[in-house]
Amino acid sequence: MTEVVAPTVEAPAAALESRFPGAVTPDARAGYSGYVVAADQLIEVATALRDEMGYDYLSSVTGVDYIADGKLEAVYHACKTTGGPALVLKVQAPREAPVVPSLVNVYPGADFQEREAYDMYGIRFAGHPNLKRILMWEGFAGYPLRKDWKEAYYEGETKPFESRWPGGDFVRAEEKNIFSHNVAYPAGFTPDDWVPESEVSQYPVFDPSTQGEGHGLKTDKLVVNIGPQHPSTHGVFRMLVTLDGETIVNLQPVMGYLHRNHEKIGERNTFLHNMPFTDRLDYISSMSNNLGYALAVEKLMKVKVPERAEYIRVLMVELTRICNHLWAVGFLLNDLGAFFTPALYAIRERELILDFFEATAGSRMMCNYMRFGGVARDLPERIRDDNTLDFLNDMVFNRLPRAIDDLETYLTDNEIIRSRCIGVGVLPPQQAVAFSAAGPLLRASGVAYDLRRADPYSIYDRFDFKVCTRPNGDIYDRYLIRMDEMRESAKICQQVLRDMPTGGDILAGKPAYNVRVPAGESYGRVEGPKGELGFYIVSTGKTNPYRYHVRAPSFINITLLGELCKGHKVADVVAILGSIDIVLGETDR
Amino acid sequence: MTDALENPNYPVPDELKSNVIVTTIDRLYNWGRRSSVWPMMFGLACCAIEMICTAASRYDLSRFGMEVMRPSPRQSDLMIVSGTVTKKMIPVIVRLYNQMPEPKYVMAMGACASGGGPFKEGYNVVSGVDKFIPVDVYVPGCPPTPQALLNGLIKLQEKIDSQSIASVPWYQSGNSEPVPVPLLGPDLIDLRQRPLFNQLAKQPAAQAVTE
Repeated sequence: MTEVVAPTVEAPAAALESRFPGAVTPDARAGYSGYVVAADQLIEVATALRDEMGYDYLSSVTGVDYIADGKLEAVYHACKTTGGPALVLKVQAPREAPVVPSLVNVYPGADFQEREAYDMYGIRFAGHPNLKRILMWEGFAGYPLRKDWKEAYYEGETKPFESRWPGGDFVRAEEKNIFSHNVAYPAGFTPDDWVPESEVSQYPVFDPSTQGEGHGLKTDKLVVNIGPQHPSTHGVFRMLVTLDGETIVNLQPVMGYLHRNHEKIGERNTFLHNMPFTDRLDYISSMSNNLGYALAVEKLMKVKVPERAEYIRVLMVELTRICNHLWAVGFLLNDLGAFFTPALYAIRERELILDFFEATAGSRMMCNYMRFGGVARDLPERIRDDNTLDFLNDMVFNRLPRAIDDLETYLTDNEIIRSRCIGVGVLPPQQAVAFSAAGPLLRASGVAYDLRRADPYSIYDRFDFKVCTRPNGDIYDRYLIRMDEMRESAKICQQVLRDMPTGGDILAGKPAYNVRVPAGESYGRVEGPKGELGFYIVSTGKTNPYRYHVRAPSFINITLLGELCKGHKVADVVAILGSIDIVLGETDR
Repeated sequence: MTDALENPNYPVPDELKSNVIVTTIDRLYNWGRRSSVWPMMFGLACCAIEMICTAASRYDLSRFGMEVMRPSPRQSDLMIVSGTVTKKMIPVIVRLYNQMPEPKYVMAMGACASGGGPFKEGYNVVSGVDKFIPVDVYVPGCPPTPQALLNGLIKLQEKIDSQSIASVPWYQSGNSEPVPVPLLGPDLIDLRQRPLFNQLAKQPAAQAVTE
């Protein structure tokens, strides 16, 4: 294993210290980077960062519970859309009364992320317009990601646990719980004490008293609930839509119906344990998730990945991007009313890629393929009944480009698609950056921000591809950008097949079940198919991460949904949602 | 008359010989039901993606008469619980189940729906949908491959084949009881456990076991 130099924070950021003496101090803990900011100066510091130093994009907001110090910490990663590494800011607050000023007015993209930090840690963001729980429901007891909060099925602090069948008898978690369910209640609680909060009080947008624009007639606004069981919500997602006639006045996303506690479980797992869990975040593109997590841990471990493994990784990730975009385009058409036929065409070629994944990694969707310092296994010798290289060459040079051309022929100039999509759900570039939009959503608004170029990782600097942008930022451009990106991905795959070394290691060092990760923090991010996928990891030098946070593009992109839908008709909601392309496994985690 | 019909030597007129099939009501009725099971268009998580792939052209669910996915529970016969059941979602799932007309079947697709799967220890995860609604077929896998799902559906068809009109619960007298919809309180509240709650509230010491 050879050392690689970690990227350092750029010099202009150091000017913060002299600009705000006493309020901004470098984070001196071993393995940490960035600055600790005094809570009362946070808004001024953030404003200066955004307006004077070019950090216009707030990538991620999260919390960490440093229980030994009695502190909760809010962690911010700010970036420049012109490129470069992220600048890390931290604000500390006492655990008993954690209050941190809200950055919603500086970076509107912080909205849902601050709500999530409040939901999980109980950090109060002063000045937030709607500080409610977002993943759990209002009334849930406790802040689950705090280190002293234990689940009903709590077994031990860290994995691997002791044997669950020490004497040959297996005891299920249900048998230990008095309710035989995964539940725990405050002492003495009975259901008769419980008055559930009404829907009306939960969501402030519910205001039945307001009147519509009746043009002389007395009309009411109407609140329509879409989801969580609805064929067009791409999973279990819910929207509360306030309508005036057919026009949308307000749209409030409600999520958490697939909140599977990735982060709490991830902090108990060993580092490698988390790899298969990342598959289940954005379950359409598991390879990208694997890569993001592997990069974050490799940054801490300072491992150099062998050549062949790097090429295999890029091949996998770019094929995943094609898979994802085929799926997204197919299901966008579903949402527009072309039920299933376009999706059938899109899925057909996806099956090819899945066969390759299954032959290589062992599973169609949940690949669990990357390891720290490489990949789990080499490419197989044969796929379907072909030699692997023949299969890949045929797929990458012939079938995939042809499939993209086919879709393009059927869809791009289709009259119905054009009239439903052009000019609908327009996202101006300034708004896209302010709301931390990522991926195709951002680039369709004309912002050429792609991490493969902006903050290069792996070996992307060797490939010839262009960062696609489209100027208008409507649904149609979001469809076109996905077609463009599939072509670019196919181009990268072709270069990989041309340049990939034929032999050599695929993993640095020996395969290890338990890896030692030096203490410190790291933020690994990749340009996933849906946008910037980041993993924030804090290690204390033990075998388990102390903090494991996922910056999920689906979750943050959805912050914009309400803004995009305002003023459009109710039928456009599903099309706009489809064009953002969310996966609920990642939105809710 | 019936005696005569049950006799294999019953004289069938020549013109009917190639047009008559003798069978039982159960077989005819079950043949109709098993060949047109309409699943609810209801996806929860990762497994839903494999469910969609199963419905797509390569695996082609319509070979079994099951391609008609209905978005409304009122029109569906089968609920494929395809993914992790969370506490926030289970009231909705129970309500959907109650809204389905009988005869109705439930399939737990994948590890999560069957028993919590890899997320079982999570604070927002229900350890299997069978904690609340009765499940007919469990399909293992994470996620099950389309072949596994098809196999589960064939198992369901076998189950339908084995049922008899005379004994199935939905043709007995009286109405079926709906499953009580759980509440979201400080944690998920299963209202069927009300007596247990009251008993525990009276003896606070025992409550400490569950924190």
